[in-house]
Amino acid sequence: MSKIHQTIEAVWKIESTRLIAGIARVIRDVGFAEELAQDALVAALEQWPEEGIPEKPAAWLMTAAKRRAIDYLRRGQMLDQKHGEIARELEFQQQQLSNALDNALDQVIDDDVLRLIFIACHPVLTMEGRVALTLRLICGLTKAEIARAFLVPEKTLGQRIFRAKRTLSEAHVPFETPHGEELRRRVESVLSVVYLIFNEGYTATSGEEWMRIALCDDALRLGRMLVELLPGESEIHGLLALMELQASRTAARRGRDGQAILLLEQDRSLWDYAQIRRGMTALEQAKKLGGGAGNYALQAAIAACHARARTPQETNWEQIVLLYDALLQISPSPIVALNRAVAVGMERGPAAGLAELDTLAAEPALAGYHLLPSIRGDLLIKLGRFTEAREEIQRAIDMTQNSREKELLLDRLERMPKAHS
Amino acid sequence: MRFMMIVIPKGYESAAPNAVPSAEAVAKMMEYNRSLQKAGVLLALDGLLPPSTGARISYTDGKATVTDGPFAEAKEVVGGYWIIQVRSREEAIEWARRAPMANNEIIEVRQIQEMSDFPEDVQKAAEGFENLTNTSAVKI
Repeated sequence: MSKIHQTIEAVWKIESTRLIAGIARVIRDVGFAEELAQDALVAALEQWPEEGIPEKPAAWLMTAAKRRAIDYLRRGQMLDQKHGEIARELEFQQQQLSNALDNALDQVIDDDVLRLIFIACHPVLTMEGRVALTLRLICGLTKAEIARAFLVPEKTLGQRIFRAKRTLSEAHVPFETPHGEELRRRVESVLSVVYLIFNEGYTATSGEEWMRIALCDDALRLGRMLVELLPGESEIHGLLALMELQASRTAARRGRDGQAILLLEQDRSLWDYAQIRRGMTALEQAKKLGGGAGNYALQAAIAACHARARTPQETNWEQIVLLYDALLQISPSPIVALNRAVAVGMERGPAAGLAELDTLAAEPALAGYHLLPSIRGDLLIKLGRFTEAREEIQRAIDMTQNSREKELLLDRLERMPKAHS
Repeated sequence: MRFMMIVIPKGYESAAPNAVPSAEAVAKMMEYNRSLQKAGVLLALDGLLPPSTGARISYTDGKATVTDGPFAEAKEVVGGYWIIQVRSREEAIEWARRAPMANNEIIEVRQIQEMSDFPEDVQKAAEGFENLTNTSAVKI
């Protein structure tokens, strides 16, 4: 890509959200607003390489979008009616639309951006539709970038966005900020989309997957935007805290050959302590707003326990078990229970952990889940019951599809003392 | 990617120790800072007191010499910085273009080095580098 195209792309990433929000505010249709903004981008790609980057790129883009909007209006009108007062009526409407769009950029308020986020994450859409629209409308990613990040063909991604926009239009989703109970529900939907984007990046396994790893930064950026837009919503601070604290370990999570390194074996000097501090601040804010017991805030509090420990031995496992107890109360899940069992094993010894695991053995949701035998195997190793441990780890190896996990488990099998039983 | 946007304000090299910017300039700068924050790209920012309150320590043959500010020979001095997280060098430059700077002022945009930017042999030689940078981290 040429330098000027990279610059245009950068301008787009900075300006597109407010541009689309401004147009949507006037024409009340997010899908159409996005198309007009795209048309403006195409015009920029044609003209800026010749004329240079304009002094006020956002205003330039808005003017280009306005021209297209008036074109559409004229064409629509011409098709609808052919006679009568059409000329004067059309002129009047054009003038109105033109003025409204001219003023739209100056009038874009934070609420417009917030409305755009709420619409992109609207519950009427499929989860993958929400993710794609959010990255497109709020993060300014191109279709190609989103497609690469989610490992799908660009065409598939294009259809996904097309369908999402059509669904929004068919459902007549209004360009409004929800209130009361509806606001809570919609915030939840937004947060789940942001966290899904974060996790897509977080589970990417190598530097070659740079596009996916960058999703973590996009999610963090969204989180930081959201705490500015809705500073009173404690769970937003909770989610931001969770993401900052998890991302602070990025450099320590992979070895030189890309192999996964588990939390307790990580080189803690590789953690990003400035990021940990940001996470701690966000968590404090969630607590101050009375949201310390929220789902994301509790998960963040667990991550914070690890972040505070300079060495694995310093970890406050008692606190972690209590936090898992609280988490299980508000969102019971076998996976959370499994994590709690690990913490119990660390706090009260491997036998206690094993006893906790036994209560989960019949859990249908965990059948076939490789972490169950893998954790059992770990605890059995600690108890010196190597023969049983070997069986469990072999079971885990057979269950996992992930090659990195498989390597990790095979390594554990090899390191186990052979003679004992 | 993280970038530092370094502000080099003209005349700051000889500014009086008690020099303060005008309320108007500060208000404009705050508006810009808010736009960085609202876009979710701002990680940190600070302004520095004039060089006349600082000191330079120069090193010759293992000997350190201290010179109190202002520094007669300095033509460009740092006045402050932002650290931002963006997707590309171009995006950092575009953010810098939007800063409300006065005539002849400069912003230098520099990417923050990540250990993963180094080739493997250099990474090996730098082993323990994070230990050094993180010992100063605030206790949490």
